[in-house]
Amino acid sequence: MFDEILTIFLDGAIYASWLFIVAVGLTFVFGVLKILNIAHGGIYALGAYSAATIVPIFYTLGLPEEFVIIAMLFSALAVAIVITPIMERGLLRRFYGQDEVLIVLVTYAIYLVLEDVQKLIWGMKSFYVSEPREILGGVEMGSLYYVGYDLALIGLAIFCGLTLWLTLNKTRSGKIVLAVIHNPEISGCMGVNINKVYLAAFFVGAFLAALAGSFTAPLISVQVGISVAVVIESFAVVIIGGLGSIPGAVIGALIIGMARAACVHKFPEAEIFIMYFCMAGMLIFRPKGLFQGAQARKI
Amino acid sequence: MTNANYILRAEGINKSFGAVTAANDININIQSGEKVSLIGSNGAGKTTFMNMVTGYLKPDTGSIIFENKDITQLNPRQITQKGISRSFQIPQIFEPMTAWENLLVALGTSKKKHSYFKSAKSQENADYIDEILNRFALNEFAHRQVSELPGGVRKLLDIAMALVRKPKILLLDEPTSGVGSEEKYPLMDTIAKALSGENLTVIFVEHDMDIVQNYSDRIIAFYSGSVIADGNSKEVLSDSKVQEYVTGKTKLKAN
Amino acid sequence: MINKFYNNLIVQSIFLMSILIIMGLFIPNWLVFVITKAIAYGLVALGIVTLMRGGLVSFGQGFVFAIGGYTAGLLGTQAGLTDAILLLFISFLFTGFVGLIIGPLLARYRDIFFAMLSLAFSMVLYGVLIKIDAIGGSDGFVLPESTYFGILPSTEYADYMLYLVSIILTGIVSILLRYYYNSTPGLIALAVRENELRVEYLGASAFTVTVLNFTIAAGLGGMGGALNGIALGHIDPEFSYWTTSGEFVFISILAGYLSVPAVFLAALLLELVRSFSGRYFPDTWQLILGVFLILSIIYIPTGIGSFFKKFMDKLNKKKNE
Repeated sequence: MFDEILTIFLDGAIYASWLFIVAVGLTFVFGVLKILNIAHGGIYALGAYSAATIVPIFYTLGLPEEFVIIAMLFSALAVAIVITPIMERGLLRRFYGQDEVLIVLVTYAIYLVLEDVQKLIWGMKSFYVSEPREILGGVEMGSLYYVGYDLALIGLAIFCGLTLWLTLNKTRSGKIVLAVIHNPEISGCMGVNINKVYLAAFFVGAFLAALAGSFTAPLISVQVGISVAVVIESFAVVIIGGLGSIPGAVIGALIIGMARAACVHKFPEAEIFIMYFCMAGMLIFRPKGLFQGAQARKI
Repeated sequence: MTNANYILRAEGINKSFGAVTAANDININIQSGEKVSLIGSNGAGKTTFMNMVTGYLKPDTGSIIFENKDITQLNPRQITQKGISRSFQIPQIFEPMTAWENLLVALGTSKKKHSYFKSAKSQENADYIDEILNRFALNEFAHRQVSELPGGVRKLLDIAMALVRKPKILLLDEPTSGVGSEEKYPLMDTIAKALSGENLTVIFVEHDMDIVQNYSDRIIAFYSGSVIADGNSKEVLSDSKVQEYVTGKTKLKAN
Repeated sequence: MINKFYNNLIVQSIFLMSILIIMGLFIPNWLVFVITKAIAYGLVALGIVTLMRGGLVSFGQGFVFAIGGYTAGLLGTQAGLTDAILLLFISFLFTGFVGLIIGPLLARYRDIFFAMLSLAFSMVLYGVLIKIDAIGGSDGFVLPESTYFGILPSTEYADYMLYLVSIILTGIVSILLRYYYNSTPGLIALAVRENELRVEYLGASAFTVTVLNFTIAAGLGGMGGALNGIALGHIDPEFSYWTTSGEFVFISILAGYLSVPAVFLAALLLELVRSFSGRYFPDTWQLILGVFLILSIIYIPTGIGSFFKKFMDKLNKKKNE
């Protein structure tokens, strides 16, 4: 009995952490740029593929094992560096100020493109890069055994969330970003370089997506189609938590993570259904989500 | 005059937004056919009052009675259907459509029953639309896209649209705002002419005192959420409180 | 002048339908099949276009697509109903009814929230469908062959019969929609798209317009779903998946809301790209779609329907002179 509760709790926490890392970039980009980026899932996939490419190279170079994490970090960074100018500056910038739904359609188009870019670069085969998953060993809790790497995801999620939140609320640059979220026009008039803020925010969102993909690579088989689940699930987290809200993403991820873990053990039939049911329910009863993202005050 | 004879009554209206009192025990009775202007500096409460009459805001306490029916809790759509229409300070019109089509929409929304198989642009509608265009001297703009029309024309169209369904009360929100000073009088003339001859009750918010004097029979002055004067233009504009808080004539004299 | 328009409309529609019907006898079967599928997808997209005229984009029309498809499928397997015309009709009515029921729920939302809520509905349905083994779970099930007034066509003509039926039904539906679009309620719908606030202050209900549009879109989506299911001979939960809904959105954006035929042309374009790239460039069809979508959003924001409309306006002007 206790084992079951612990399993659900830990599985839920690990899953929630994954969801959070995946979704926080999405909600942040919406908060700053008001764009619901469907291609976020595509960037995640690119992150996973880039890790799948770099990890084998890393091992053949014979470098100390612990540093593979740094390599994965750099691969995510590389993805973000490549994708941001193309997506934000090249395409999305044209649509600022226009209909929100229109921009979402553009991101959907980019998502479609990225899906095939993955196929063209890496083909249809599956990549297994599970070595990094071993480096933290495992933890035994009674009859349960958890891989250290999986549990470390919880730490990573907390780290990402805290860093982002603290940067936004406690640093000068962060406060500038908050100002832009509240009122882009006035901020611009006061000398803030809005375009730079947008570019930086998009970069952060893309990096987080790629990071999520990169660090998930050791846990899955990296292949065509991994972006789909991410799009679906990150949307649910973000809507439930509230578009643009980081604390919201935490709660949203926890709700879905725990609900999913409970379902998998108790009602496996309800898996996908439960997530979207929660999302629909949230939209019906409290469309702004649990937390309102940073919003301009309306008198 | 008994209460039953007033077309619009506001009784004991109070409204606050947090610490700000936007309406403080407002009591106003308006007769059918009156041309009333609401004056007061920004934040005095005239727009809040107008928004409560049209259903956008609900008073904290008090009631608004239209033709002896309590309309306090109704929403803007219901109030419009009952017979109170309004125009907007920034013209709320349908940008990609022509002036003609804008009026057609106004006509369509004024009717309850529609045929799904008759074209909106049928002849029976056309005649009435042409008549309205005539009244507001908008004929030459009829088939041009309204987003390209000059400011004064857009304002006229906004008002014309409110008039299409033949309301009993028309509220105009700063009809001459955003229009150059040389254009204000011609614009107001056109509006006055278009509204004449219908025994229409008109209530308008306006800042220009000359316009207020020339186009309304009665002036209600607001300050800090309260009505500080209510009467004909001579009475109100010479009232010392009005001069101090609204028109500022005493200050001018001192210089 | 107005009557001339409607006369022209009916004459031109009959002319177009006749050409397509006759053409169907001479083109290869695979093309007949592709066009039929395009019509099915086009019908759903037409529903989104109807919603777009009221200012909304639904990201979840897979919901009604699946309901229509499963309705036709279940009527076939459980009730022995195989008449294609009847199935299309019943799916249209039933799904439209479902739309009427849930419409008031969704009609309170706008923009992103409407899009997301419609998406959520379709994914909830997907989640439910993959778990109900009685109707095939994630594999779905096979539909019985269709009959036409009791006659089962030979395999040679089966595709053509469905094609024929869909051309005629779609033609009728399109003409009816054009009547609606040009009517006063249709004009009010456009006004809601532009300035909902003013519509309310003019005394009309944006909510009513939205529910009406949503119901129409549901009926169209259901009919499209039934048609697609019958054409494929198979129905599965993928009908309700978000990627399917995405394709309908793609068609509506490419087509725009100005012309009804343009929607079917855009649908045909999608089907052709899907078929050809599947065969010759299997890894690029989504890329092509994505690029198409971006280009059309940037360079043809009012959709290819705007070209259609200009062309038809010129044609009718010449005719009436």
